[in-house]
Amino acid sequence: MTRLTSCFERLKNEGRKAVIPYIVAGDPSRFGTVPLMHRLVDAGADIVELGVPFSDPMSEGPVIQKGHERALDNGISLRDVLGMVADFRQHDSSTPVVVMGYANPVERMGYASFATACAEVGVDGLITVDLPPEEVDSLRDQLELVGIDNIFLISPTTPEPRIKTIVQSASGFIYYVAVKGVTGAGHLDTADVASYMTKIKEATTLPVCVGFGIKDAASAGAVAGVADGAVVGSALIDTMAQTIANGGSEELATDNAISLLKSIRNGVDNVPTGV
Amino acid sequence: MTEMRSPEFFASVPDPQGRFGPYGGKFVAETLMTALADLEALYRDLSKDPDFQREFDTDLAHYVGRPSPLYEAARISDEIGGARIFLKREDLNHTGAHKVNNTIGQALLAKHMGKKRVIAETGAGQHGVASATVAARLGLECHVFMGAEDVKRQALNVYRMKLLGAEVVPVTSGSRTLKDAMNEALRDWVTYVDSTFYIIGTVAGPHPYPMLVRDFQSVIGREARRQCLERNGRLPDALVACVGGGSNAIGLFHPFLPDEGVAMYGVEAGGHGVETGEHAAPLSAGTPGVLHGNRTYLMQDENGQILHTHSVSAGLDYPGVGPEHAWLKDIGRVQYVSANDDEALAAFHRWTRMEGIMPALETAHALAYAERLAADMSPEQHIVVNLSGRGDKDILTVAAIDGIEL
Repeated sequence: MTRLTSCFERLKNEGRKAVIPYIVAGDPSRFGTVPLMHRLVDAGADIVELGVPFSDPMSEGPVIQKGHERALDNGISLRDVLGMVADFRQHDSSTPVVVMGYANPVERMGYASFATACAEVGVDGLITVDLPPEEVDSLRDQLELVGIDNIFLISPTTPEPRIKTIVQSASGFIYYVAVKGVTGAGHLDTADVASYMTKIKEATTLPVCVGFGIKDAASAGAVAGVADGAVVGSALIDTMAQTIANGGSEELATDNAISLLKSIRNGVDNVPTGV
Repeated sequence: MTEMRSPEFFASVPDPQGRFGPYGGKFVAETLMTALADLEALYRDLSKDPDFQREFDTDLAHYVGRPSPLYEAARISDEIGGARIFLKREDLNHTGAHKVNNTIGQALLAKHMGKKRVIAETGAGQHGVASATVAARLGLECHVFMGAEDVKRQALNVYRMKLLGAEVVPVTSGSRTLKDAMNEALRDWVTYVDSTFYIIGTVAGPHPYPMLVRDFQSVIGREARRQCLERNGRLPDALVACVGGGSNAIGLFHPFLPDEGVAMYGVEAGGHGVETGEHAAPLSAGTPGVLHGNRTYLMQDENGQILHTHSVSAGLDYPGVGPEHAWLKDIGRVQYVSANDDEALAAFHRWTRMEGIMPALETAHALAYAERLAADMSPEQHIVVNLSGRGDKDILTVAAIDGIEL
């Protein structure tokens, strides 16, 4: 059983929902990322999503764009990101790590070498924002060979027949993009998410996690009421960036991000069952 | 090989997945996939609809002023003493460049889809102006994304767009040029996908854009081919066009692709020189990758990060190129070459002084290469250059380079 599958199984048995922080590898600093990953896990993260910085992150709002720019300024490449996962695995062999990014760095490295490297360092899943099902076949084949899940996005604009097609080739979990827009934008409408969630759940038994638009304990709690997990990215990255912009240290920035994650964990856990 | 190069062969791309050989495709976030499928379905129907074609042709005739003339540049041709150079005068179109052929077509699609809001990316501002123009005419809300660097160097076009009622959004991320404007336009589209039609200005982006922009721009080549036959009784020996994203080049080249005797040259921006690394010539010095919804040649580093580009012309300052060009390069049908900033500037001055035609700096790259090419050919041979746009917008840039304060 893969780390992702056993993670969701454990959560299900415990009656809990997944908290999934997203951070950009190498932001705010190259050497802060692996310690930050461990602290996120200690603070209640079930899965860690590690963003691969890209020069042209088309689906990101301004907050995460700046995170990508800072990471690139720190010289972070896809190989560096995989190196960070390897470091993380030295002290954590159970928390799933999902790598999220854009197609071109992976294309450049080559699908086969990328998949092999992912398996070696202990990556569990991959989300490639600009590889929809129509374009992902050859990469997914390589990932399947080494037992890594390719995680698909479904959005509010995905029609029902297409949902059925997407879930057929999906594994790990489904990532539901809750708002039309870029990361960190818009207001989440829980009722909309709930009704859409029903459609996805009718098509698959895979866990469905929700991202885009989750900012705090309240929005995370609301999402956890209708989904299997909540992804939070921009809010964490913004907290760290704001702290540093106000003259705070990276340590303080991390502390503040950890506090936010803890409150999100509480928001998710305090959901009354059956809602 | 003759069979390989039949009209059917060239008509076989893109395939139903939007691929030109290994290039093209739909590399976008899931949120846009349905919008692209809807656009593709609509275009598939309308492109076969005689009423739609008639509407498009009528607009091109009475609003754009087509057909554009084919002009023999006698003085410069005489001076070079080589091949005769003919100019396909897209600079005489309404709004001053070839860009409007495409915005007319896409605006008709937007109208058929009932969209009230259009967005566009722009580099030199010509596509932005052409988009703002058709939006004004149809009463559509128009937002144009433009790199902050380009807003500075193309101030005249920025003001033109504002006069036309468009909102110009300066983009301050990344290299602050065309590539970043396209990122921002895609971000806007993903946010307002229900209400918004994205008018892409070049033959790049996700399928079906490279195909439909090519189809709309192919009027250039169809006219040029007919004009050559009428005027000279034969086809030209060579075609030359500048290539940024590549819409004016594909527009001229496409109808000639099955004509084996017609050589084709796409001229990329050599910037400070392709050997310096400071250029915008992905076909000359790039490698395949994925950006802005399609697989194509890109300027990128060994880690797959897109490199900053350099060109004196904002419209060519782009690290990618349309996927059909990538394919035409690989199959060897079109030769891709480059002209440097200095050569383009020299051509700008020479053509202005000797022919009384002030070309856009983008177009000046094609002219610079055509001069070199003509010199190696004989006076019995003919070259057609796509005079893709006029240079009024570049006057301030040229003056600044020449150290003149206006």
